[in-house]
Amino acid sequence: MTEELKDIQKEENIVYKKSSLLTDNVMHYCPGCTHGVVHKLVAEVIEEMGIQGDTIGVSPVGCSVLAYNYIDIDWQEAAHGRAPALATAVSRLHPEKYVFTYQGDGDLASIGCAEIMHACNRGENIVVIFINNAIYGMTGGQMAPTTMIGQVTATTPYGRDVKLNGYNMKITELIAQLPGTCYVTRESAHTPASVRKTKKAIRKAFENAGQNKGTSFVEVVGTCSSGWKLTPEKANEWMVDNSFKEYPLGTMKDE
Amino acid sequence: MTEEIIIAGFGGQGVLSMGKILAYSGIMQDKEVAWMPSYGPEMRGGTANVTVIISDERISSPILQKFDTAIVLNQQSLDKFEEQIKVGGTLVYDPNGITKEPTRKDINIYKIEGNALATELGNAKTFNMIILGAFMKVKPILSLEDVEKGLGKSLPERHHKLIPMNMKAVQCGMDNIKVVQEL
Amino acid sequence: MAEVRLMKGNEVIAEAAIRCGCDGYFGYPITPQSEVMETLMIRKPWEETGMVVLQAESEVASINMVYGGASCGKKVMTSSSSPGVSLMQEGITYLAGAEIPALVVNVVRGGPGLGTIQPAQSDYYQTCKGGGHGDYRLIVLAPASVQEMNDFVDLSFELAFKYRNPAMILSDGVIGQMMEKVTLSPYKARWTDEEIEEISGSWATTGKKANRSKNVSTSLELDSDKQEEFNLHLGRKYKAMEENEVRYEKISCDDAEYMFVAYGSSARICQKAIEICRERGIKAGLLRPITLYPFPTKQIKEMVPQLKGVLSVELSMGQMVDDVRLAVNGAIPVEHYGHVGGIIHSPEEIADALETLIIKA
Repeated sequence: MTEELKDIQKEENIVYKKSSLLTDNVMHYCPGCTHGVVHKLVAEVIEEMGIQGDTIGVSPVGCSVLAYNYIDIDWQEAAHGRAPALATAVSRLHPEKYVFTYQGDGDLASIGCAEIMHACNRGENIVVIFINNAIYGMTGGQMAPTTMIGQVTATTPYGRDVKLNGYNMKITELIAQLPGTCYVTRESAHTPASVRKTKKAIRKAFENAGQNKGTSFVEVVGTCSSGWKLTPEKANEWMVDNSFKEYPLGTMKDE
Repeated sequence: MTEEIIIAGFGGQGVLSMGKILAYSGIMQDKEVAWMPSYGPEMRGGTANVTVIISDERISSPILQKFDTAIVLNQQSLDKFEEQIKVGGTLVYDPNGITKEPTRKDINIYKIEGNALATELGNAKTFNMIILGAFMKVKPILSLEDVEKGLGKSLPERHHKLIPMNMKAVQCGMDNIKVVQEL
Repeated sequence: MAEVRLMKGNEVIAEAAIRCGCDGYFGYPITPQSEVMETLMIRKPWEETGMVVLQAESEVASINMVYGGASCGKKVMTSSSSPGVSLMQEGITYLAGAEIPALVVNVVRGGPGLGTIQPAQSDYYQTCKGGGHGDYRLIVLAPASVQEMNDFVDLSFELAFKYRNPAMILSDGVIGQMMEKVTLSPYKARWTDEEIEEISGSWATTGKKANRSKNVSTSLELDSDKQEEFNLHLGRKYKAMEENEVRYEKISCDDAEYMFVAYGSSARICQKAIEICRERGIKAGLLRPITLYPFPTKQIKEMVPQLKGVLSVELSMGQMVDDVRLAVNGAIPVEHYGHVGGIIHSPEEIADALETLIIKA
């Protein structure tokens, strides 16, 4: 290391550093994946709120199955789709704790549709972080309930066909109808501004939990470069052109 | 002493609750008891039956094919359980609605006009207690005092005011049982 | 003074849960065990002991609520009946794989499929031979009386925490619906946070403390070497259970020449069958497995020299008989007898079966 660099690396010169809650484990996510950014935001919010010892995360099955390797808090690894059921019990048995699920679109909107609907409808005092990249990433890019009409995936090789596969599910709009939810928003993490905005939303969701306000639901529309077979940059463009039309950003409910 | 009893009739006749009072009365006398109902859709208005066992010893099977006593309150139950009474055992039945009288010659048979008596008492709900009284007369294994205590245990507190009426019905059953045949 | 009551088996499960300091119950209605949750809702234990009770949206959700709650080191349980327990199998294997102690009560009804709501003992394979995927075992207790329904709730939690393994009470519609005299257990306080820290602090997800590394409740291991090591660790645990936790009861076995092996309601009926057999001059006895896993293999084997034959009695087409045959290992005849579909065998039928299937065969 040069003398010049050493000179720069002083505490007073630090403008950014990794959250102390992010572990040193190398993330398995693909380049350009939205998960890494959202993991960082969750870790930062927990750290900034000083609730590391009071937070229990529930990870899903899907790409973020190993979320527990990356954020240094207590975790439970749920069966596919069942994270809201686990979180329900944790929250009921530990009403003073911050409990959140971290789920993808296949986990939350397909196999776990019943669990998320009922947890939200009961108004469980939990935070739900929902990453919607419109595809099953972990298993190799198959159709998700949020896969859009015409979108090509491994199981819709000619594009999603309504006759064959039905429509893409806008589950966040459904969730917003449920009286148990207090905060439902759809964000993204593809620009510095949107990342900052998403962090605010996650922070608000955790603060709601601290105030026992019910279920807070933060969807983050994301990309899957590998599944979509696009470069990270192109994937972002595709998302803006396509995903945002089907899944418009914005807060649907804030009570 | 072990007394194996089947009580059978229509749902709504108070068959299960009568069995429960009988079982609770047994507990008051420090006996071992078991109460095994038939359950399922048949409970909703069809036939209902319950096995009650009262014993000085640990009770083995709650599922029985032969009974010391059968208390039957409709024709279907008489058809089914008359033949399941042990030789020398006892049948107590209400003749109301019975078109085919019991035929066994090797058992004791008693009749109790429970329906008619309940109407006379002015409270149809006391029907099952009249039947219980009749049983107690022919099988004095339980004391009146224990039945009263058993009622107190099995009825919720808010219904305790009904205990005197129920005990009157028990007495009525004891007084009005008729011998059809005794060995 | 001990409290004596007349209660249904299902009702007493609820009462015993409250009294043993259970922290949470998560369930879904199904006949013939709905009285468990109904009793809890009437009792409102959240006002008394702080116990949480929740009607879930499905059995799938119930068992996963159990997984979440139990992962916090809490005493958590669910109950269901056969079709519901089939739905729970995924959660049960996750509990076993994550080594989470919890209690599942199965009040068995006849199957397969939706089957009947009447009693059966046809879930022995599901309970003792897998049910869910992967190499795992449940601690299985089979109550034969309402008193044992009471006693086994606390015992199940004790064993579950001792081995960090899910436990199941395998009951049936007879024991669940029957009322008997029961002496209720004295109240035990629920564990405090400090006690949970002491008992389960090394694994429970109660929020990461500054003085320890994070706890993760998971059954996932992508490294095959580590997964094999974990499976071997489970194997050692099961071996310890087999050595230390076998429970059984012998009735009229001292001079027995023929022996019934039966658990739960069938064991009760066999007791009466023994009386009938002995009136007929047949020296019959009963070995009643109380733990179905670990199974009393050794105890059955030890009886073989004095016996001429064994009749395994179960409300099934013959499931437990496999384990009885393994124990007897061909030394003497072993047969199965049992009604199915919700029909319950009578003591007389069992006595007759011993004669036709074993003695005269």
